[in-house]
Amino acid sequence: MSQPWRFLPIALLLGLVATLGLRLMRPADPAIPSQMVNRSIPTIDLPPAIAGKPGLKSSDLVTGRPRLLNVFASWCVPCADEAPVLAQLKRRGVMIDAIAVRDTPGATSAFLERWGDPYERLGADPRSNAQMALGSAGVPETFVIDGNGVIRHQYVGPLSEANIPGILKQLKDAQ
Amino acid sequence: MKRIALIAAIFAAQPLLADSNLPPAYWANRQLPDPTQEADAEALMEQLRCLVCQGQSIADSDAELAGDMRDLVRRRIAAGEKPAAIRAWLIQRYGTWISYKPTAEAAAWPLWLAPLALLLAGAWLIRRRIRLRGND
Repeated sequence: MSQPWRFLPIALLLGLVATLGLRLMRPADPAIPSQMVNRSIPTIDLPPAIAGKPGLKSSDLVTGRPRLLNVFASWCVPCADEAPVLAQLKRRGVMIDAIAVRDTPGATSAFLERWGDPYERLGADPRSNAQMALGSAGVPETFVIDGNGVIRHQYVGPLSEANIPGILKQLKDAQ
Repeated sequence: MKRIALIAAIFAAQPLLADSNLPPAYWANRQLPDPTQEADAEALMEQLRCLVCQGQSIADSDAELAGDMRDLVRRRIAAGEKPAAIRAWLIQRYGTWISYKPTAEAAAWPLWLAPLALLLAGAWLIRRRIRLRGND
């Protein structure tokens, strides 16, 4: 074998170790982003999740005004965690609709009573079908929807205070 | 007393608290009455990736969302939809990530070409060795 080729196996090994080391230090993001971003909201038609609040149809999200669509569940702990952020957004005049995934009316009502109810409309999604139609992979997730009913952004996981300025700006840009 | 309560809390089935309060969807763990349709559904479910237990197929996963996905697959197949159409519907939402079946997209070309390249490299190495020995 010629001289330079002799070092090829070592170089390959070092390359492999470097790649593995890099991935260990910076693990891949396990979140699966929805491919529905920048597309029209899919067809959904959900019955009311609790008494006294309307359900949610696709056409309810095409209002000429940007709004948020929150995917949550009463059995989801991070959903309670983001409740104060949603309440703050509502106080700032943001319209928020929601989908309650795999939930019962009793548990949903109790959750909203305990953590606050920022929602205009609330659809029940007992078999996660609307969640799948949106390309959402878990709870909580929040979608920014523009006035024409096009999904503009997706937030995977609970919202935090730090997200508020960004969301307000995205809603303004979606006008 | 307090200690007993704490020990009991450790052994309690805490993951149950992270589950929803609804039972599995009707077709999540039930076979379709038509064996041909059930076979089609099985084949597709084994090629769809669970969104929760990433790395498992929805046929193998106990996650609730996987159950709902099995329910969706069986319902659509029972309604006469083709497995390819259901796969396409899911790919449109979650990307090719959701399907274990390799696609022909550009990012997958190395996967298809690697065996061929390795075979060619092997043939070349063998040829060289045979030639070297011939010269002895």
